[in-house]
Amino acid sequence: MAQSETKGNAQRTAELARRVRDRFPELLSEPQEFRGELTLKVADAERIPEVCGFAKKELGFDYLVDISSIDNYGDDPRFTIVYHLYGYGHLCSLRLKTDVGEEKAELPTVTTVWRTADWHEREIYDMMGVRFRGHPDLRRILMWEGYPYFPLRKDFPLAGKPTQLPEVAFTEPAPMAGGPFVTISGGKDTIAREPRVRIPQTDALETNARLERRRDIKDAHGKACGPGPIEPRN
Amino acid sequence: MAEVKDIQFREPVARTAEALGSERAAGLEELHGDKMVLNMGPSHPSTHGVLRIILELDGEIITKATPDVGYLHRGDEKIAENMTYTQFIPYTDRLDYIAPLANNVAYALAVEKLLGIDKQLPPRCQYIRVICCELARISSHLLGIGALAIDLGAMTVFLLTFTEREKIYNLCESLTGARFTTSYTRIGGLSRDLPPGWVEQCRKFLEEVVVNIDETETLLTRNRIFVDRTQGVGVITKEDAIDYGLSGPNFRGCGLEHDLRKTQPYLVYDQLEFDVPVGTMGDSYDRYLLRVEETRQSVKIVHQCLDKLPGGPVNVPDTKIVLPPKDRVLTRMEELIHHFINVTQGVNAPPGEIYFGHENPKGELGFYIYSKGGGTPHRLKIRAPSFVNLSILPKLLPGHMVSDVVAILGSFDFVMGECDR
Repeated sequence: MAQSETKGNAQRTAELARRVRDRFPELLSEPQEFRGELTLKVADAERIPEVCGFAKKELGFDYLVDISSIDNYGDDPRFTIVYHLYGYGHLCSLRLKTDVGEEKAELPTVTTVWRTADWHEREIYDMMGVRFRGHPDLRRILMWEGYPYFPLRKDFPLAGKPTQLPEVAFTEPAPMAGGPFVTISGGKDTIAREPRVRIPQTDALETNARLERRRDIKDAHGKACGPGPIEPRN
Repeated sequence: MAEVKDIQFREPVARTAEALGSERAAGLEELHGDKMVLNMGPSHPSTHGVLRIILELDGEIITKATPDVGYLHRGDEKIAENMTYTQFIPYTDRLDYIAPLANNVAYALAVEKLLGIDKQLPPRCQYIRVICCELARISSHLLGIGALAIDLGAMTVFLLTFTEREKIYNLCESLTGARFTTSYTRIGGLSRDLPPGWVEQCRKFLEEVVVNIDETETLLTRNRIFVDRTQGVGVITKEDAIDYGLSGPNFRGCGLEHDLRKTQPYLVYDQLEFDVPVGTMGDSYDRYLLRVEETRQSVKIVHQCLDKLPGGPVNVPDTKIVLPPKDRVLTRMEELIHHFINVTQGVNAPPGEIYFGHENPKGELGFYIYSKGGGTPHRLKIRAPSFVNLSILPKLLPGHMVSDVVAILGSFDFVMGECDR
């Protein structure tokens, strides 16, 4: 029974996707399916509120689950904004995507369609630096006011950057203790990806400094402890 | 019999003007002075973590509320982009840290959906995962009820519910090896099977917790003080609930019937019998009642799962996804290679994008994964229920008294670890 329900739901979703595409044939791509989810690509980001408004009013997508953003670093257009639509009445979901270029990094808000978009859009602005025109209160939400970077962009290092705000917590990047340890095959290794991982040479210097201190202790107490110094490696 | 009169809260300026007569009211504006701005949090006992709300007050009535979140932001989404899918599991413990087991399951299911194996999980794995989710729900709701009660001055309830939660932690400990940060699931299965004697322990707990919930109800549900402070406070309309994207008990409290376990059944929820309680008024009291009833339904679900619990393996039989058994790794070449690739490069996911929404105790916890192929996600977005639920506060709080904020926040049952990520 559950399976036939799922099937019926998939058919309804396909029907709704077709209707939204029929309304904006030149704007929307063919629905793409992956793992039972339908994605429509909106060619012009400026018209996203129009498409969303239509989906809400005419097709019953009254519930906005989420808005997320993708940084396609190195590609043009750089950012993709992803909208997850859902209908409380018909229980179907649909994904809309649109691209935003790096120079402009701006698109109109959908807070006029769903009020829940407010915080999602603020978060995207905060994390990715994409602005939403017409948003009632576009401030940073997770980072503090005056933070100079957009941390979810791919060119922002995982360890963080020093900020120009003295006396604020996390002015300096936090130590990474050697992580992250994942190596993607064919990609750069950890040290090249992340410039702040432990480098053997500095390790050796630190170790030697520690040994220096131990020697002082030894001189004071008259007996040795620990191994001798190590040579720095290159 | 004495006549019962309603007390109406009016704007102090209007009230004073009425009392003095309209001709003298003209010069009164400046007598009352400016509105007062009150900072609440980030470390305030009733903000349950590090939520800060800037309240603008006219007397004791709130005229404007600006929530300030982000004090617990750790950059989980950034971290996820830089590690394999399996490595991110411990980070999901720290989202909604009241119900880590449910987060583990939600995340594992999302990645499995990306891999296309979410329908092939062994039955035993699915049942154990449902048990985990429902235990997490009981634990989370007990905390929610206890915290709401203590915020409103009922210390006993808090102690009662925490006694039961302690037993859940004991169950978690024998199941996963950790009391708090469980990290129990793996992509394609579980880190380990149920330990011997666990089913009996769990049944014993279920029998005890029902008694405890009843006792909690006798202390709160008809308690005059509790009812007065929660009924009619923080009323959310159905339209607002949909418009602001609320989910979980806060959404159902408004009288809307929506539960992802019923509407988009995952795991074996479609084979289990349970009810989805729905509120009528959408006030703090309804949200409390709903949590009590959901706890009972969860107990019912766990009972059914323990009855039906099938045997067999807990992992999918594909060693390219789950780690192969250790004895084979050490004796066979192929398993050794799979083990090595699994650990260093992670599960090889196909390019594509998925969204998976899971009915967590707090609401819909969703993972949007955008993969370009390989062992790490290109983008992993966490749709946190607490984050979305809190976004209604600027709409909801104005018009209430300062003391109502405590009742509203308590009934919202949010967790900042998940809100700030």
